[in-house]
Amino acid sequence: MPTEPFQIAGSIEDALSAMATGARPVAGGTDLVVGARQGKSPLPSNLVAVDRIVELSTIEQNAEGVIVGAGVTHATLMTDPLITSGYTALADAAALVGSPATRNVGTLGGNVMNGSPAMDTGAPLIVLGAMIDLRSQGGSRRVAPSKLWTGPGSTSASDDELCVAVALPKRSERSGSAYVRLEYRRAMEIAVVGAAASVELNDEGVIEQVAIALTAVAPTIVALEGLTDLVGRRVDEDVLAAVAAIASSQAQPISDLRAGADYRAHTVGVMARRAVDAAARRAAGETIEVPVNRAEGVGRTDRP
Amino acid sequence: MSDATHQEGGADAARPISYTLSVNEINYPVTTSPGSALLAVLRNDIGLTGTKEGCDDCECGACMVLVDGQPVNSCSYLAAQAQGRAVSTVEGLADSSDLHPLQQLLLDAGGVQCGFCTPGMLMSARALLDRNPNPSDDEIRIGLSGNLCRCTGYDSIVAAVRQAADQLDSSTGS
Ligand SMILES: Cc1cc2nc3c(=O)[nH]c(=O)nc-3n(C[C@H](O)[C@H](O)[C@H](O)COP(=O)(O)OP(=O)(O)OC[C@H]3O[C@@H](n4cnc5c(N)ncnc54)[C@H](O)[C@@H]3O)c2cc1C
Repeated sequence: MPTEPFQIAGSIEDALSAMATGARPVAGGTDLVVGARQGKSPLPSNLVAVDRIVELSTIEQNAEGVIVGAGVTHATLMTDPLITSGYTALADAAALVGSPATRNVGTLGGNVMNGSPAMDTGAPLIVLGAMIDLRSQGGSRRVAPSKLWTGPGSTSASDDELCVAVALPKRSERSGSAYVRLEYRRAMEIAVVGAAASVELNDEGVIEQVAIALTAVAPTIVALEGLTDLVGRRVDEDVLAAVAAIASSQAQPISDLRAGADYRAHTVGVMARRAVDAAARRAAGETIEVPVNRAEGVGRTDRP
Repeated sequence: MSDATHQEGGADAARPISYTLSVNEINYPVTTSPGSALLAVLRNDIGLTGTKEGCDDCECGACMVLVDGQPVNSCSYLAAQAQGRAVSTVEGLADSSDLHPLQQLLLDAGGVQCGFCTPGMLMSARALLDRNPNPSDDEIRIGLSGNLCRCTGYDSIVAAVRQAADQLDSSTGS
């Protein structure tokens, strides 16, 4: 066991050595501490604060794409030019999290490692092809989000693994992405359901690649399958209707206090069509401000 | 009370730790459990009771303080994580004789009724104006979106923040 019940890590190495002797990381604490206060589970007896590690709080571009440190906050994600321009779905999601206070301390790494099926950054990360970088004293590995999230609140990471970064692959010029969620109020909300889309168009405005992922309709964030028929088509009413039908049919939601399963299955289709429409319009060069949730007319093909 | 649901054990039961907290530019040595929330330490150990405990669940914003100038729900933020950082509470808003313009204008506009949300509301508004001296009404509403008020209906609060922005803006001559 570590000797100190509470440590502040100044570097990744500090954090890894504390975690190797059983300390659990706390970043913003907006899941960990709030969960303990709500009585979900007690706070771990040994904590290492990772929110002052400078190496975790940077966003850097390299030849392969952009590396976002695990300690980057939602407030930074929603405004950083690299994210809002190239990985807009992630900015859309970050802008919806909680309130200014939640976004100010809550981190990408905390959202990813908490592994909630209602997490807002999850569907964007999947459609953007993100990979998660984990490190322990034993070494480093890079894992796909679909392999990391194993169930509600559980991950395949071992207790001594620190999430150091999220790697976002380079995007083509004619690509766009968007994240939309159903919410009952505009702040301090949890996604009832949500959908992210990434669309790449060719010079004629025809779909070359499309990826869609859904929030809060299964034990983990899910990537949609069977989208190849959409490739080679224009984003019109038929395509958006097909997107909605595919999303609704692949959703396996539960009924709870917030919504019934049928309602979730239906509305996730509406979110998916809005996400594809917004992603395609962004791919075509249109500016739709972050977050898409506040834009008018998204997902409608009868707009003027 | 919230303590009924608050799980004991873990860091809450661990042996106490000692550190210094800077609150409104005064250093306070404290000894707390590692799991103690900043709100509890401010109120119970330091004796600054201006910051309120509402839901104790990160929902209502009555506990809002600033850490390094940014709003934080102190009910769910570990006090130990605030060491080495500047904590600001409502007690630091007024100078010795005069209320801060936000406080005075909130009173004048009828933005204070029961008053329980007021300290948190003021701290969120303060952080907003420090970051964005000339916010739109929409930006004010987003800035205050983590603060619930069950009395006023918010309009008078938004109006007071708008007026404070104008007043602070003209007093700094910009
Ligand atoms: C009022 C409120 C509103 C919220 N709204 C939303 C919302 O709209 N959408 C949403 O998705 N979430 C929401 N959340 C949840 C939460 O804010 C986010 O998931 C946030 O990103 C968590 O980050 P954190 O830094 O606070 O994590 P913490 O609470 O510090 O950590 C969460 C978990 O991850 C682990 N961890 C943290 N960092 C690392 C790391 N680098 N490596 C390994 N493990 C790590 C911790 O040990 C812990 O198990 C909300 C929370 C609150 C309190």
